[in-house]
Amino acid sequence: MERPLTKNIRDGMEPLHIKDYEKAGGYQAVHKALKTMAPKEIVDLVSAANLRGRGGAGFPTGQKWATVPTDDDGPRPKYLVVDADEMEPGAFKDRILMEGDPHQLIEGLVLGAYAIQADLAIIFLRHEYTKVAKTLTWAIAEAYEQGYLGSNIAGSGFSLQLHLHISAGRYICGEGTAMLNSMQGGRAVPRHRLPHPTIAGLWGKPTNINNAETLCNVPHIVNNGADWFKGLSRCKDGGTKIYGVSGKVKRPGAWELPMGTPIREILEEHAGGMREGVNFRAVIPGGASTEFLAEEHLDVPMDYDSVPKVGSRMGTGTMIVLDDQTCPVGMVHNLEHFFARESCGWCTPCREGLPWAERILKDIEEGRGQPEHLRRLEKLGKDLWLGRTFCPLAPGAVEPLRSALVLFREDFERHIREKRCPWR
Amino acid sequence: MLSEEIKREIESYIREHCPTPRGASIEALMVLQRHRGWLSDESIRELAAYLEMSPDELDGVATFYNHLFRKPVGRHVIWICDSVSCWIMGYEGLLEHMQGRLGINPGETTPDGRFTLLPIQCLGACHHAPALMIDDDLHEDLTPQKFDEILERYE
Ligand code: SF4
Ligand code: FES
Repeated sequence: MERPLTKNIRDGMEPLHIKDYEKAGGYQAVHKALKTMAPKEIVDLVSAANLRGRGGAGFPTGQKWATVPTDDDGPRPKYLVVDADEMEPGAFKDRILMEGDPHQLIEGLVLGAYAIQADLAIIFLRHEYTKVAKTLTWAIAEAYEQGYLGSNIAGSGFSLQLHLHISAGRYICGEGTAMLNSMQGGRAVPRHRLPHPTIAGLWGKPTNINNAETLCNVPHIVNNGADWFKGLSRCKDGGTKIYGVSGKVKRPGAWELPMGTPIREILEEHAGGMREGVNFRAVIPGGASTEFLAEEHLDVPMDYDSVPKVGSRMGTGTMIVLDDQTCPVGMVHNLEHFFARESCGWCTPCREGLPWAERILKDIEEGRGQPEHLRRLEKLGKDLWLGRTFCPLAPGAVEPLRSALVLFREDFERHIREKRCPWR
Repeated sequence: MLSEEIKREIESYIREHCPTPRGASIEALMVLQRHRGWLSDESIRELAAYLEMSPDELDGVATFYNHLFRKPVGRHVIWICDSVSCWIMGYEGLLEHMQGRLGINPGETTPDGRFTLLPIQCLGACHHAPALMIDDDLHEDLTPQKFDEILERYE
């Protein structure tokens, strides 16, 4: 099985410097694309490869690139922003890619920038990834030195500057328009999504935002073609995916596997199944903002189309396992605590509703639950649902809650009946 | 007064990155914090004037982000992850131990000014939970014993 994204990553060892990256075939795609392909050809190639955004939403990457204006007298500068914010609890995939093979991301972003003819690329990195920041800093310097960044890249006439922006830390920065406000020096509150950022984004100029893992795929598509990329996958979306598992499994970790690998296979073969003494109860498949799935759904393939069919989302592809020795109400309380704290506070339903949900869950968990609390939580699940709030943070926040109220009904009721947490 | 050195750092960031001075506000606040340890009202006022913003506007930015301190912190900041994977893997027990060991609650600083304890969301180390950061260093797979040993490395 081919593992293009992680083949250079050596566990616990120094990330690849540029000479070794080049020796391993690195930057060949830049030479090939910038010298022999028109920008539009790259957009078409990435579309043909069925590369979908790995940040969580799964939007087709080529299709997004195609919306950036390309006319010669269009607005300048144009920006490519790399979303390396990765603050979704349970997700740790981009960190692995950036820490292990920084030049792969740089090569990917040069190609992405060439495809949309951007002038400046910015990596928006979360504050806590201090090791990644150090790694990227030397890698960027190496890339400038070797002429893969700066003016007239690889003698092609294409020029690109690259900045590393270190965030001061807030989950909502991961929402694309909020990220733009943050980069303009303001509070990270989301913007209205019209016009789309690819038309008017950072400083009002065309801005394309791609997740870090997404861009890491691009050099391999350019080198090997769309059919090869589709062939890596076990479903109709192209490529491999970095899947991760945390919780009480035998071998928590992350693995590059074919897109569409079933959840059960990831949990059992790669994560080694449950630890001694605990049993599987449920899983949130794609990070904190996705619905719980139970045992009967484990054979679903992890891809953007299949997971929604059983009522959840693929999200970041990094799952968190709930075992039978851990309280499901406590877990949901922890999740809502996170979302309530990270709400940007811009719109009232989210600002008021999430702390409310958190307080109720705390009451239930600590033995002060009332029967009407469950109706209230259900109502909050609806009142904060899609279309009711300014941005997707609140609907994402209530995804685990809504599903927990169905799946763990009995546990909620037992907490209320017995006025205590049965797990404590 | 903003020192010449601080001004130089902010100025070069504005030149390279921002069409307007206010665009540099977050980076400028980080620069100031690096030099002064935290962001006092006085610091906010000085910097706001420099960035052509109102102090309230800049304060709105300074209070929004997790890594900008509007109160003094200790020589080392301990960020303990309280997100879901760390919670499942026993973060609560670890936190309790830490509170006992340090004699402070989250949000507080030890009387000798050595440590400030703050909660933080997922550190991207969920497969090595529970995890925490001290200043810029990530520490994974923690146990109370391991925490005690690590602490000795920070003066
Ligand atoms: S839903 Fe929450 S995070 Fe999104 S704009 Fe409203 S308050 Fe901010
Ligand atoms: S949940 Fe603690 S590091 Fe991810």
